[in-house]
Amino acid sequence: MDQTGLIVAGVALLAATAYGVVHRRRAGRVRAVSAPDDLVLPLLADLGVPPGQVTLLQFSSAFCAPCRATRVVCAEAARTTPGVAHVEVDAEHRLDAVRALDIWKTPTVLIVDAQGRIAGRAQGAPTRAQVLAAVAPLLPAAPTEEKA
Amino acid sequence: MTDPRGPRFAAAVTTVVMVAVLLTGSGWLALAQAAVFALTAAQPRLGPYGLLFRTLLAPRLGRPAELEPLAPVRFAQAVGFVFAAVATLGYLLGSPLTGAIAAAFALAAAFLNAAFGLCLGCELFLAYRRLTGRPLAARVPTS
Repeated sequence: MDQTGLIVAGVALLAATAYGVVHRRRAGRVRAVSAPDDLVLPLLADLGVPPGQVTLLQFSSAFCAPCRATRVVCAEAARTTPGVAHVEVDAEHRLDAVRALDIWKTPTVLIVDAQGRIAGRAQGAPTRAQVLAAVAPLLPAAPTEEKA
Repeated sequence: MTDPRGPRFAAAVTTVVMVAVLLTGSGWLALAQAAVFALTAAQPRLGPYGLLFRTLLAPRLGRPAELEPLAPVRFAQAVGFVFAAVATLGYLLGSPLTGAIAAAFALAAAFLNAAFGLCLGCELFLAYRRLTGRPLAARVPTS
C-alpha cells in the first residue's frame, strides 16, 4: 500500500468534509449589506430590476443545479408576496454585472429594496423562510390579515 | 434531464475508485477513471456508472422526486477528467506525487458530490469565468 497515497486520501476527505459542512451551514443565509451603494443603481435597472418593488435578483448559470431550486423558491415568493419581484440573470452573459456586484458563485440572490439599493445577499439556494424573512422588513407595513 | 440520484451514485463509485487509485498508486486505474469521466462528459447516457445505476438500482427505487439538467453533470465530469488525466500522467510518467495531488482533487470533488450533493466544479465555474472571460463583445458590422 502507498503510504503517501493513504495520507493524501485522508487529507482530501477531511478537507472536503470540512468544506461541505461549512458550505451547507452557509447556503442560502442572507447577509445584510451594510453600505448600500448608489453607484450600482443604473446597473440594477439595466439588469431589469423594476422600480418601486423589493426584488430578488438571482444570478444563475447553466452549470448550476441549485439554481433551479433557487428559482422555484424566489418565483414562489414573488408570486405570493405583493410588492416582491423576481429577476433572474444569466451570470455568464453579464460578467460586467458579476464583477461590479462582486458575485463569485451561482446561485447568488441579491435582495434589492424598493429604492433600488442592495439590502442583502445570499449565496447558495435559500429556503422559502429565508427569502421571506429577508424581504419582510423591506416591505411597507401591510395591514395584518389575522383574525381577532 | 436526468434522475439526480444517478450522478450522485456515480460520484460515490468515483470516490471509491479514487481512494483505490491513491492507495495503490496505479496509473492504469487512474486512466480507467479518466476514460469513464471522458465518456460520461461526452455522452452522459453511456456513462458506465450511470448505466449501472439505471439497470441495477433505479428499478428498485421509487421514481425520482425531481429531475436535474444534464449540463452541470457534464461540466463536472469534464473537470473530473482533467484531474484524472493529470493523475494518470503523473503516476505513469514517474511523478507519483503529482499523480497523488491530482487524484486528491478528483477524490475531494467526487466525495463532496456524493456526501453533500455539492458540485465543486459548478461552484468554481463562475469564479473561473470571472477571472478569465471578457464580457461578451457587442457585435460589430464587418467593414
